Amino acid sequence: MDYFIELFCSGLTRGAIYALIALGYTMVYGIIGLINFAHGEIYMIGAFTAFIVATVLSIYGFPLAAIVVVTGISAAIWSSAYGYTVEKIAYKPLRNAPRLTPLISAIGMSILLQNYVLLAQTSDFLPFPELIPEFAFMEPVAHIIGSSDLVILVTTAISMLLLTLFIKFTRLGKAMRATAQDKTMALLVGINVDRVISATFIVGSLLAAIGGLLIASHIGQINFAIGFIAGIKAFTAAVLGGIGSIPGAVLGSLILGLTESFATGYVSSDYEDVFAFSLLVLILIFKPSGLLGRANIGKV
Amino acid sequence: MELTTRTRNLVTLAAVILVLLLPGAAVAGDTIRIGVAGAHSGDLASYGLPTVNAARLVVNEVNARGGINGKKIELLIEDDMCKPELATNTATKLVSQGVDVVIGHICSGATKAALPIYKEAGVILISPSATSPELTQSGQYPNFFRTIASDDRQAKPEVEYVLNVLAAKKVAVIHDKGDYGKGLAEIARKLIQDSGKGEVVLFEGVTPGAVDYSAIVQKIKQSQADAVIFGGYHPEASKIVSMMRKKRMNTAFVSDDGVKDNTFIKVAGKDAERVYVTGPRDNSQNPLAQAANAAHKKSYSADPGAFYESSYSAALALVNGIEKAGSTDMALLSKALQTEKVDTPVGTIHFDENGDAVGVGFAMYQVREGKFVEVK
Repeated sequence: MDYFIELFCSGLTRGAIYALIALGYTMVYGIIGLINFAHGEIYMIGAFTAFIVATVLSIYGFPLAAIVVVTGISAAIWSSAYGYTVEKIAYKPLRNAPRLTPLISAIGMSILLQNYVLLAQTSDFLPFPELIPEFAFMEPVAHIIGSSDLVILVTTAISMLLLTLFIKFTRLGKAMRATAQDKTMALLVGINVDRVISATFIVGSLLAAIGGLLIASHIGQINFAIGFIAGIKAFTAAVLGGIGSIPGAVLGSLILGLTESFATGYVSSDYEDVFAFSLLVLILIFKPSGLLGRANIGKV
Repeated sequence: MELTTRTRNLVTLAAVILVLLLPGAAVAGDTIRIGVAGAHSGDLASYGLPTVNAARLVVNEVNARGGINGKKIELLIEDDMCKPELATNTATKLVSQGVDVVIGHICSGATKAALPIYKEAGVILISPSATSPELTQSGQYPNFFRTIASDDRQAKPEVEYVLNVLAAKKVAVIHDKGDYGKGLAEIARKLIQDSGKGEVVLFEGVTPGAVDYSAIVQKIKQSQADAVIFGGYHPEASKIVSMMRKKRMNTAFVSDDGVKDNTFIKVAGKDAERVYVTGPRDNSQNPLAQAANAAHKKSYSADPGAFYESSYSAALALVNGIEKAGSTDMALLSKALQTEKVDTPVGTIHFDENGDAVGVGFAMYQVREGKFVEVK
């Protein structure tokens, strides 16, 4: 039974990590129907920004709490700037192009950003400072679930909640939903669609930056390629949960994480990905729009 | 189709230019072209770049004293990122550029993918770091040599250390599913089973690059292993060992020369302490190694990285072989490499009929206060 709980917690952590990235994916898709493959790279850039800021601040001996706050804010701003720029450069000119065109453009952006960081920074793995301290009250259960696991879980839950509230109840959220439903109609009722889409990218990138900070601190190392695998897994999770749906992204991520964890624990880690993707295939056969997704015809 | 005079003239001109150009590409010039192939970018660049530095230093020295038998050496440097699918491109590119011999590749998987292309072209390779036993022992690659010992010679000290010194009865063997890591892990498993002194309680591969290894760490804990042997490279090793320490596990962690890199210590930090790794024997007392390290410091004002000494040795062995054979022809050069002993930073070496260096071996190291220290 202990073993089951341990695996369950491992799965939850992994799921929450996927969810932090998947939320941004699913949100952008939900609003403008674009699979933003560069999202994993925005997450990676968030992690790099956090790394640089945290390293500099710790050299000057700032207290940990201050470092976390300043690092978080600067990573969020920097990543959002990247997200905003990527949208303006790679997606906006293609807004009326066929659906596949921005998709290819997104993949191109992803490759560009990876190689840009590779050249501008380094190809080595860098040690990411431990920004989440080991809480004393977690010590009795540290062998099952760590402090960083807890922080990631809580952050994911809060992000999901805030994002849902934001989209449901704020003016900007309403404008986003209107844009998602019908871009032309939204324009006609006086919504500045360009601004709404930019805002969507900024919020999505902000989430990715927070993810980058927490996940890098949990793993303890970063390099230019971390965004790719994390992005693919998060994308899978978002599709599993029903892409476009915010609770769906979290649900899909948790299911994916748990499946991988139990597959490793009870079968073999050699087949971890086999189980994860078999599950995806199964769910898509029986529910093509994902677990919580609305059936939506005509989207890639 | 009727061609105008103008077009016909143009075509003729193009044909003439082509004919003039072709022999220039085919005939090797007055230089000996040594290829340097390996990971020069990507995750594993820290394993490949020291080889480029070593080759440059040796070649500059040889060229300064007049080259080999009057011919200057030219380096052709190509990146394969340690990826088999890129390594074939790298090899094809080098061969088409008229490479005579190659130092590389760095990773076993990439080397294996590239070897048939070189074999076809009659090009000899000396790898400073590809340790998969299959490369030499299968007998398929007569053009392959290496200045590092094969993995079975690496797995042996690992297993002996775990069973005899650490006195572990239950061993978990984990690998990264790659040619190098899995190959090493399989040999270790066999050695443990054959020894009769311990049992393998877990044998599994992990997915490189996964975001979190806590599930496999829980599984290692559940297996109640006394020691973990990991076959693979440092990015996964540091993630697994950090996760083990986070879960308050003090199980001994033993790994290989794919982990014996300062990046591992830098990334894993305090979790790297007490980790055991095997690596090429310590040559710090060898005057040639001292000279090679000093040359590196002078030219690049930094300490040399992983496999620097074995790359330096590979370059020296090649230069010596070509000098003695008087040619880069595969048969003549193979013979020279097998018979002529050469003094290198890794010792006085020559190669056996499989291409393995005679006179090199592995030692066990432990991380102590942020440094690899040789343990007896």
